[in-house]
Amino acid sequence: MGLRSLNKVKFGFVLTLGMMLFAFSVHAQTDTVGLASDTTTEVSDTTTVADSELASAEEQDETVASAAPTTSATPAASSVEEEGPNIPAQVYLNFFYYVGIVFLICLVIGIIGKVMSIYGLTRQLQGYKPHSVWASHQGWFFLFALVFFLYGIYWSYVNHGAASYRPAASEHGQAIDNMFIITVILTTIVLILTHILLFGFAFKYRGSDRKKAYYYPHNNALERIWTIVPALVLASLVLFGFFTWRRITIVPIDQQKAALQIEVTGEQFLWSVRYGGRDNIIGDHNYKLVTPTNNLGIDYSDKNAFDDVRANDIVLPVGKPVRFTINSKDALHSFYIPEFRVQMNAVPGMPTYFQFTPTQTTEDRRAALDNPNYDYILLCSKICGAGHYNMQKTIKVVSQEEYDQWLSEQSFYYTEDVKKEFEARTQTASNSELETLNMETAFNNIRN
Amino acid sequence: MSTSAALSAAHNHDDHDHHKGSFWTTYVFSTDHKMIAKQFLVTGIIMAVIALFLSILFRLQLAWPEKEFPILEVFLGKWAEGGRIKPDFFLALVTIHGTIMVFFVLTAGLSGTFSNLLIPLQLGARDMAAPFVNMLSYWFFLAACIVMLASFFVASGPASAGWTIYPPLSALPTAISGSGTGMTLWLASVALFIASQVMGGVNYISTVLNLRTKGMDLWKMPLTIWALLFTAVLGLLSFPVLVSAVVLLFFDRSMGTSFYLSDIVLQGQVLPNEGGSPILFQHLFWFLGHPEVYIVILPAFGITSEIIATNARKPIFGYHAMVYSLMGIAILSFLVWGHHMFVTGMNPFLGGVFMITTLIIAVPSAVKVFNYIATLWRGNIRFTPAMVFAIGMVSFFISGGITGLFVGNATLDIAIHDTYFVVAHFHLVMGCAAIFGMMAGVYHWYPKMYGRLMDRKLGYLHFWITFIGAYFVFVPMHFMGIDGVPRRYYAFTSFEFMEQWLSVNVFITWSAIIAGLGQIAFIWNFFYSMKHGEVATQNPWGATTLEWTTPVEHIHGNWPGELPTVHRWPYDFSKPGHHEDFIPQTVPFSETMSSNLPHDFEGDPEAERIQREWEKEHAGSIVDESVSKGE
Repeated sequence: MGLRSLNKVKFGFVLTLGMMLFAFSVHAQTDTVGLASDTTTEVSDTTTVADSELASAEEQDETVASAAPTTSATPAASSVEEEGPNIPAQVYLNFFYYVGIVFLICLVIGIIGKVMSIYGLTRQLQGYKPHSVWASHQGWFFLFALVFFLYGIYWSYVNHGAASYRPAASEHGQAIDNMFIITVILTTIVLILTHILLFGFAFKYRGSDRKKAYYYPHNNALERIWTIVPALVLASLVLFGFFTWRRITIVPIDQQKAALQIEVTGEQFLWSVRYGGRDNIIGDHNYKLVTPTNNLGIDYSDKNAFDDVRANDIVLPVGKPVRFTINSKDALHSFYIPEFRVQMNAVPGMPTYFQFTPTQTTEDRRAALDNPNYDYILLCSKICGAGHYNMQKTIKVVSQEEYDQWLSEQSFYYTEDVKKEFEARTQTASNSELETLNMETAFNNIRN
Repeated sequence: MSTSAALSAAHNHDDHDHHKGSFWTTYVFSTDHKMIAKQFLVTGIIMAVIALFLSILFRLQLAWPEKEFPILEVFLGKWAEGGRIKPDFFLALVTIHGTIMVFFVLTAGLSGTFSNLLIPLQLGARDMAAPFVNMLSYWFFLAACIVMLASFFVASGPASAGWTIYPPLSALPTAISGSGTGMTLWLASVALFIASQVMGGVNYISTVLNLRTKGMDLWKMPLTIWALLFTAVLGLLSFPVLVSAVVLLFFDRSMGTSFYLSDIVLQGQVLPNEGGSPILFQHLFWFLGHPEVYIVILPAFGITSEIIATNARKPIFGYHAMVYSLMGIAILSFLVWGHHMFVTGMNPFLGGVFMITTLIIAVPSAVKVFNYIATLWRGNIRFTPAMVFAIGMVSFFISGGITGLFVGNATLDIAIHDTYFVVAHFHLVMGCAAIFGMMAGVYHWYPKMYGRLMDRKLGYLHFWITFIGAYFVFVPMHFMGIDGVPRRYYAFTSFEFMEQWLSVNVFITWSAIIAGLGQIAFIWNFFYSMKHGEVATQNPWGATTLEWTTPVEHIHGNWPGELPTVHRWPYDFSKPGHHEDFIPQTVPFSETMSSNLPHDFEGDPEAERIQREWEKEHAGSIVDESVSKGE
């Protein structure tokens, strides 16, 4: 029987490798020797080989991390130098210790498999049929899996669900939340019912040679029902979603103009903020005008740019619609504020927009969440380079008075330096040949 | 036909045709579809192990962002200086993990393996329509794998702009180190891969349409073949679009064009590119990319249908509905690509349209799930390892599929786009479900490939570790996404609100490590059983389809002598009145008079008349008939 020979060879192979590596790893971890007393003879052999390593190894904690490069100063260092720079022998020991553990587990599984196949063979000798036991066990396992699964859903919703869900702090966000909750309820019902049926049937109809399945190739009425019912449920979700989506994304022109205008520009790996200023109009910009002083390439031939306000943080008045114009200077970024349910990509060469109304001040939010350090955060959610994971900006939602106060304290983009530079630039800009030349050098630099 | 007769016939056939080739023609440059299937499978498994290892590496970083693992420096050198993975290498790991899994494992490894193995065998063909092109398909695939892995050995590192390689990040070598030579290799690898897919796809389609044996009309094809046919059509129509995306990106990178680039100031340098749009790339990419996820899941559907029916000993419930739902999914999959782009600034009206088409696709998917469950109802379920994996596949498809209602809904997508919610969604629905479909297929058709059975108990162990492990890994990620944690983040340590997920990350990583180690059970089982597994009988699962009428020994041309003739659909399991609980497709109705049903004859009046006469003659003695037939 193939099963038997499989287990025999597996047993031998795993035993050899497992013991070898286990013995090796014992240097690093003496307290596991008790697990396999028959390996002690081999252990005593190998320990004499590498006494110096043992001395340093025993001091080490079992985690890999504790083996910091500083240990290269220990006596073990002499044997290390051939291996490579700054990597102490302990690192290799620890690694093989873990590999040894894995082999040990494989070994134990091999032994269990062997024991079970011997048991199976003896049962067969007594006249029982092979395989039938294991196959029907699987049905029971699916029943356990069902119980475990249902409890798991409950546990996740109660614990992780509570930890992850905070109500939206914007007007449209509340509409998104409502739809989210309805969808959660619908899908959870489907999830639970289908799993009860799937795992339940797997248990209930676990087979035997005595039974015969019920020949039931189709039932058109039933199939029509479970095509039409999901279609109707989905149609209602689609309509609900479609109209909410349009309400959020399509804003009438007059409302667009009435909103507070803020421009956010993403670059590796920060956000720059520009407020429209007194006229509430954001001045034009042109990427060709970007210099170290005029970081956003603001075009001051557009007079609307003169009063544009530079801000370090984003501060918003509560209850007032705000329209973000989102730009990018280099890669794609994504303007993402989870608490407001706001997300829009920042695309170089194509401004994008998102308009929303914050409904809760930072202070109220802190009180509601009972967390005095809490802040709304703008993140980048589109992969943009090595610093993608830390491209953030704090957002403060305050009352209108606080906002006016804060805005009056901010400086303008149009400073004396910028003015001088821009005027000098517009004079030379007439010499377009020079401009093109500059461009080409820049292009070549960036390619190489 | 007895096995021994088949075997001797096989030898005669071989001797006659001089097909006993050398090592090179048998194992390496083989044009035999069964060998090519094995080549695809083994390459796919090796790539899967590599991709799994990469995922464990970045999971280590996510679980213990502050900790040093000096052993990593041994393996990764400068990419993990001081034992900590660097942020750009982290992104490279994520990118290559995704690329390998989606393209090389779940596309080539899954549909490549099973299209090659099953299309000729289940249709009664001697081989593929174009065996040489079929061989080339594998070699282009292998070349693609090698080029992709080679990118780990270039100084600037592998591609690291995510598996979706959105420009400008992927177009500008100074934006991230991986966008240098690594990205060039990525593009070259994918170009080779697409060539492989197109050659494979043409072959699969022409074989299905032209090389079916006598009696095998389209509506007698097993669902695996239907699924593989639609997969090939999807691949053939969508992959060439990716070529255009890749070629234009190559031009932008190397020839100074501006298809995807405009208005860029990178690290203070003003670039001269003007007029291009990064969104154009996304449209081209997702026009492939969305059908691609169905290219991944359709073969898993087909395999699961076949295995659930065989092992529940019941006909698949609603065969026609299953085919039409496959067809519906395949057609709709071309109309939904925009749902990956709801928040790119695309016209909101267009977003609304894509949302509607996306949610429609849930209807045929729901039909499939209900039909699977109905197939299990009142079955006589045999829990072979393939069967438990098939049930696991349905479970993952449900759990991952229902979250599609969230991400496919443009309104909800605003809140969860590009977060861990999406990661959880697609890993369950197309990662785990497709992998489980593939595993089920491997356990089920292993005896067809290697003539031996895999060990059952190791199969069960493999299933439960992977099943539970995968749920432990991906379920908590939904909640991270709801909390607003974006994907592809190197560490969660920079944001206060993410700190509550640090301990969850440790749990996920341990689950991933244990589930990853659980694959040892599979790898061992797979390679060890090739030579030492229990020898398989001709039809070990009691299945009805044609591949189980071939001899256990592989022969060139599959069947000794004449090709089998097909008389019935592939799902005559547990038919009342028949002495066995399955009737192979090759058994004519004249041999099963006791179990024939009116609808079997498809309205043929002559056949119905004969059946009626037989029933009149044998009224009351049907039981005796079936007993005597059993001898």
